[in-house]
Amino acid sequence: MQRQEIVISGSGGQGVVLGGIIVAEAAAIYEDRFATHNQSYGPEARGGASKSEVIISDGAIHFPEVENPDILVALTQEAVDKFAGTVKPDGILITDTMVKKLPAKGEYKTYVLPIRATAEEVRGQIVTNMVTLGALVVITKIVGLEALKQAVLARIPKGTEAINMQALEAGMKIAEKEL
Amino acid sequence: MSKREVRLMQGNEACAEAALYAGVKFFAGYPITPATEIMEILSRKLPQVGGVFLQMEDEISSMAAVIGASIGGLKSLTATSGPGFTLKQENIGYAAMVEIPCVIVDVQRGGPSTGLPTLPAQMDVMQARWGTHGDHPIVVLCPSTVYEYYTLTVQAVNFAEMLRTPVIVLSDAIVGHLREKVVLPELGELKIVNRKMTTVAPKDFLPYKADEDGVPPFVNYGTGYRYHITSNNHDEGGFPATNNHQIADSLLRRLHDKVEKRRSEIVITEEIMTEDADVIIFAYGCTARSAYSAVEEARKKGMKVGLIKALTLWPFPFEVLLKYSKQAKHVIVPEMNLGQLAGEVERTLKDCPVKVTRLNRIDGRMITPEQIVSTISEVI
Repeated sequence: MQRQEIVISGSGGQGVVLGGIIVAEAAAIYEDRFATHNQSYGPEARGGASKSEVIISDGAIHFPEVENPDILVALTQEAVDKFAGTVKPDGILITDTMVKKLPAKGEYKTYVLPIRATAEEVRGQIVTNMVTLGALVVITKIVGLEALKQAVLARIPKGTEAINMQALEAGMKIAEKEL
Repeated sequence: MSKREVRLMQGNEACAEAALYAGVKFFAGYPITPATEIMEILSRKLPQVGGVFLQMEDEISSMAAVIGASIGGLKSLTATSGPGFTLKQENIGYAAMVEIPCVIVDVQRGGPSTGLPTLPAQMDVMQARWGTHGDHPIVVLCPSTVYEYYTLTVQAVNFAEMLRTPVIVLSDAIVGHLREKVVLPELGELKIVNRKMTTVAPKDFLPYKADEDGVPPFVNYGTGYRYHITSNNHDEGGFPATNNHQIADSLLRRLHDKVEKRRSEIVITEEIMTEDADVIIFAYGCTARSAYSAVEEARKKGMKVGLIKALTLWPFPFEVLLKYSKQAKHVIVPEMNLGQLAGEVERTLKDCPVKVTRLNRIDGRMITPEQIVSTISEVI
């Protein structure tokens, strides 16, 4: 597979950094491909915009930054406003139904999903990243589902397996409806 | 089955793990972005291996604590970023003068002063070389990948122990925070060097009497050997010799010679697709990653471009540049500063028919492969 670049963006507390790490680990450890993960955040400790950059490739990854992602997940209005313009023409934008002002229709494909509302139903904001990953994998197949599940289980605290898997599957379900 | 572990690892985490691998048993520091992870990890892990972790009141005292612990016999390391690195400089000079092994990791961010606290830069290249006063020797290693961050941290500890001198690991906010796939070396796979201990009896011991290799054998302080340490110019007994020109000259020359004697071991570079290159990119740290991608791009377009990656910045690796001084027509030096290492490249090639072109970026963002490719197109 060619180099694929994914950006997951939202606000602090939604777990976008951990979400990105899990995708990268799914590819690097459980599918034996190359992956990098980069995070950026403002100087503030909580709140504010938060972003995970993941690159997955079958070859070594040198330049580690994402300028024009193939896939953008933008969970907040701020993230959409900031990053939607960077998506590649043949790319994918996955955003949330709570985002009221969508960008003017680009060449890329847009999916608007109730990610945040689903997370609230399952457990609350804390599982937003799991719902996101479920939806992301169904739509983009960027990593295999099995690899993703293994990566999730390796990262989450013991005793939270059931709730995280439930959130992951809820995310898959809302995405399957859109395919 | 191989015991090698495959991990998605952050650069700073690799540095901390490598310190443990190399046998570091003491860390003192003061938190600062983008270096804090090294300290956080070692605060948890050092006590588990019988080591000591100290958070000090500032960077000056933490450098002093690192030197003290090393005098006592522990392999010692600290980690910081630009502003903290500045504060450590006085004591780094002390360590160079009194020949105490120690490793200082500087995860570079944008400066000067507190500058761009969360953003990458390569602005401490000259601070790493000349940040402390006096004509001191220094070794500076510079990783561009998470794996190199691991191996070079091990090397830094080794070189410090071998040479009895401070060694700098000069990383940056990109390599420090990047997570990438690494296959970690097994225990025993990388060479570990321990400082050379004296074999003479306490009555015959002269703390600064060097062996052939220019390095005096060590004793741990407080083990029954008379051992005086002063940062003044000193004789072999370790006592001040501040008016003795001959001792002043021979001491300082020995400090440099002990590094120069091991030059071939210390100077580490990598040559990538350079065999037929007309254009050479000379790069280091995170910028070497952009340069690697740029070389791949340029090759696709049929341009004969190669990369020299400097993993050792000081002593400056002039040999590898001279090797290509007849073959290459152009050398491009991309750096996230206004040309700190480019000056050394120009100095090395001043009598050669090679044109050196600088490519500089100082806005807190990486130089992109596209920028380097377009510079290549401009020069050829």
